[in-house]
Amino acid sequence: MSKLEDMQNLLNRATALEELQRVTEHLREHYQVNHVVYHWVNSVGERFGCGTYTTDWIDRYLEKDYLHIDPVIHGCFQRFNPVDWKSLDWSSKPARAFMKEAIEFGVGTQGYTIPMRGPNGQFALFTMNHTCSDEDWAAFIDKQQRDLILVAHGFNQRALAMEEGVFPLATPSLSPRELSAMTLLAKGKSRAQAADEMSISEHTLRVYIESARHKLGAMNTTHAVARSLAIGIIVV
Amino acid sequence: MLRYVYAADLAQFPKLQDTMFRDRADQFKNRLDWDVSVDENGWERDEYDALNPLYVIWENADGSHGGSMRFLPTTGQTMINDHFVHLTDGVRIESPLIWECTRFCLAPNADRRVTAGLVLGAGEVMQNFSLEHFVGVFDPRMERIYRILGVNPEVIGRKGEGSQEIGVGLWEFQEDARPRVQARAKVTQEQSRSWFNRAFNIPTQSHALDDRFGTFALA
Repeated sequence: MSKLEDMQNLLNRATALEELQRVTEHLREHYQVNHVVYHWVNSVGERFGCGTYTTDWIDRYLEKDYLHIDPVIHGCFQRFNPVDWKSLDWSSKPARAFMKEAIEFGVGTQGYTIPMRGPNGQFALFTMNHTCSDEDWAAFIDKQQRDLILVAHGFNQRALAMEEGVFPLATPSLSPRELSAMTLLAKGKSRAQAADEMSISEHTLRVYIESARHKLGAMNTTHAVARSLAIGIIVV
Repeated sequence: MLRYVYAADLAQFPKLQDTMFRDRADQFKNRLDWDVSVDENGWERDEYDALNPLYVIWENADGSHGGSMRFLPTTGQTMINDHFVHLTDGVRIESPLIWECTRFCLAPNADRRVTAGLVLGAGEVMQNFSLEHFVGVFDPRMERIYRILGVNPEVIGRKGEGSQEIGVGLWEFQEDARPRVQARAKVTQEQSRSWFNRAFNIPTQSHALDDRFGTFALA
């Protein structure tokens, strides 16, 4: 599995945690990093997660109740901006001991976490970690941040759908204007032509397309158009 | 200076917090007569302040509020999707690359630099977090000022009349506007970036191996 679009398609079809799990494994392979993890707290406070950490580490984490000292949890819980682990507070003794142990269990020395919110108090973290130099990590994040944000939210949308239990038949609900935009693009119209036909500016069109892209769980506009056609919400 | 503060951390800056919510009451209730509520402290707050938004705040030298705005991700609950979908053509604007900006507020005696400073802060947020758009609810009389700064919004809807008129608009990052905004704010790019990095505890390249951030290397 080489393309993010393919992984996003897998996510969009996922109906069970095991399928999300497989996507974390594909992502690890794709980015060649130590670990990829997604965990989620739903609207009634239940947690679940998936990812590539070893079961030894997960067992250890739960056994020692590390949730209460893990700086990633503490530092991301009240945020919605992406966080490089270097920005977190690792200064306390328990936090340092925790990190030392995490590294022994194969967790990377560099990490990046994207905190996310759902509409009803849901909260989730998407994390990628690796062992490399500060410079290499900064360059990697700088290059990949946008894609990582999109993939992270792909997991989150699927987790939301699972919570609502609306899959596998759920189709994304797009407004008539978003559907018009997708239809015009599918017909091969340029953005300028599509905006003109819809009597809106290109800027407004870009926002409608971006909103539709997100709802469709697509990685880019081309992917969003293909998804719209594939699931039959537009007909050309 | 510019501060970037989540609501959860606002109490660490009591004077800034108090003057910001009072200035909001003054602007939105007293001057614009918007349908907003002011609590017993004289603070204008709404349900979105309770969602732990990120505030970008211009802090005066004495620690008081010079101006501010409020950001929320559009993947969660937002004012526009809750109340103004009829102004966005029925489109619920939702994307991790689009954040909502509301409650753009200036202190009554705000320096001319403040608006430009806030616009600069919004640009830092957009650029550093890979955002592509802001969607905002704003006082349409601000349009002239945005235009002067070269960051005029695409207005997609309006509602109300007179001082109670509100606009819904879109902003994109405009790199070419940066020099003009910086000049009017009298803030260099380095200064602006250092305020941002300090707020989010982001080590600069040259300090990456400082003790403070070298924890991983030591571990």
